[in-house]
Amino acid sequence: MSASAIEAAPVSKTFDDDDAQARFDADRRYLAWRRRLLPVIATVGILIVWEASVHIFGIRPFIAPAPSAVAVMFVQKFPLLMANLGPTAIEAISGFLIGNIAAVLIATSFVYQRTVEEAFFPVAVMVHTIPVMAYAPILVLLLGNGMAAKVAIAAMICFFPTLVNMTRGLRNVNPQHMELMRILSASPTEIFFKLRFKNSLPYLFSALKIAAATSVIGAIVGEWIGSTTGIGALIIQATYNFDSPLLYATIVVGSCFSALFFGIISWAERLSLKWNVAETA
Amino acid sequence: MMEVAVMERTDQKPAANAAAVELSRVTVRFTTDRGSVTALENIDLTVPNGGFLTLLGPSGCGKSTLLRVVSDLIQPTSGSVKVLGGDAAAARARREIGFVFQDAALLPWRTAIENVSLPLEVGGRNARPGRRTPKELLELVGLAGWENALPHELSGGMRQRVSIARALVNDPKLLLMDEPFGALDEITRDRLNEELLSVWQETDTTILFVTHSIYEAAFLGQQVLLLAARPGRVRETVEVPLPSPRHIEQRESVQFIELAAHLRRVLETC
Repeated sequence: MSASAIEAAPVSKTFDDDDAQARFDADRRYLAWRRRLLPVIATVGILIVWEASVHIFGIRPFIAPAPSAVAVMFVQKFPLLMANLGPTAIEAISGFLIGNIAAVLIATSFVYQRTVEEAFFPVAVMVHTIPVMAYAPILVLLLGNGMAAKVAIAAMICFFPTLVNMTRGLRNVNPQHMELMRILSASPTEIFFKLRFKNSLPYLFSALKIAAATSVIGAIVGEWIGSTTGIGALIIQATYNFDSPLLYATIVVGSCFSALFFGIISWAERLSLKWNVAETA
Repeated sequence: MMEVAVMERTDQKPAANAAAVELSRVTVRFTTDRGSVTALENIDLTVPNGGFLTLLGPSGCGKSTLLRVVSDLIQPTSGSVKVLGGDAAAARARREIGFVFQDAALLPWRTAIENVSLPLEVGGRNARPGRRTPKELLELVGLAGWENALPHELSGGMRQRVSIARALVNDPKLLLMDEPFGALDEITRDRLNEELLSVWQETDTTILFVTHSIYEAAFLGQQVLLLAARPGRVRETVEVPLPSPRHIEQRESVQFIELAAHLRRVLETC
């Protein structure tokens, strides 16, 4: 018993020798910092090369602004940028929720009714092959120029990856787990909530992480087509005015929001999937 | 189907010394795209109450299918199945059958104790608790202190112990084990074999144990049922003459070695 106990014990205390333990901890800290610092160093390096190139080759700001000019613009126009982030964030998050909830519900119906899947999955594939630039104007025509159209575009862009992943997750249940549930005379509801749904969570989170980024893209694309506020509208305005520093600053705001959204989903995943070694290791 | 109805009437009061499992002329045929496959053919088998029967045979001999017939997961094509004096479905519904799967089959999102408690949470009114609490059962299988560990934090042997505890939580009268220690290293397997025997003695459960290890079959069983493959059929039933309680050292006795040699000779012709 003791041998396997050691094997499975958490690695907080690995060595009996204090010195060895200290060296081990130091090494681990070093590796952790290295992992965090390397991307930062790379980013700073790229920015320096970029800044230097703009000055050395005398590139005009409207063709490619220096990072410093973008930073100045970011600070100056911060209230404007935030005012435009608001609607985009609302559209992206609403679209994310609606698209994913719809996908989960439809995936559930697929798993319980093969006929529904056979009938509607090809339709979903066909819709998915339409480029977002093609259906975005259609949705604006259908839903008007307000937020609804943007929410719908964001929802549609989230929908497909979640539908495919969730269907797989609900269906790919270990056959022995199914047999166990049958031996225990579990009801269909119990099998769904205690087995299928839990089993699908890693698949669902993979899809949600994709959706976190794409829902923002969906909202921005929606704003390109006739909108006066939002990150997408600001991108169009800045482009038409040759205001490249503002364009870049807007892009940075949009990306940061996407990254933050992605980060929140990843954090939620880590919290709820502690049991899933493949994801957390 | 008529037979089932008759059996249900008698299942309320099984005879005092009725056999725990009685199969007579059980045949299971699966129909696949490429025709039908006979997994089991005319199996006759009796396990006395409180007995320990091991099923030994090459792969493809239908050992696992046989356990699934006894636990009502598969319906036999023909023949009669009597489990604990009634039909298998009724015994399963009364939670009198515990099943231990090949690879533990723990739900990975549940801690050890939550896995052991699963049978108490599902299945509505069948989910009555047994004499021992999940915590006590984890102690019984040597996992005190590991209640809140997740399956991926446990070794293969520990996971299989959890699954044995789970199978015992409703006080089953019959424990079906499908190559439970097949994936474990030999040292762990030996230790779990001894522990399983002591659990068996402590809980007076009837055990049907499937294995493809000759030593495991001979060491654990009071009887070894040898199955031949394609189609799965009974080759021979061998009484194990070893005294109880058994210890791993008994495997070095002449008696045991002769028994193992005999089983091997029969297996070669299966």
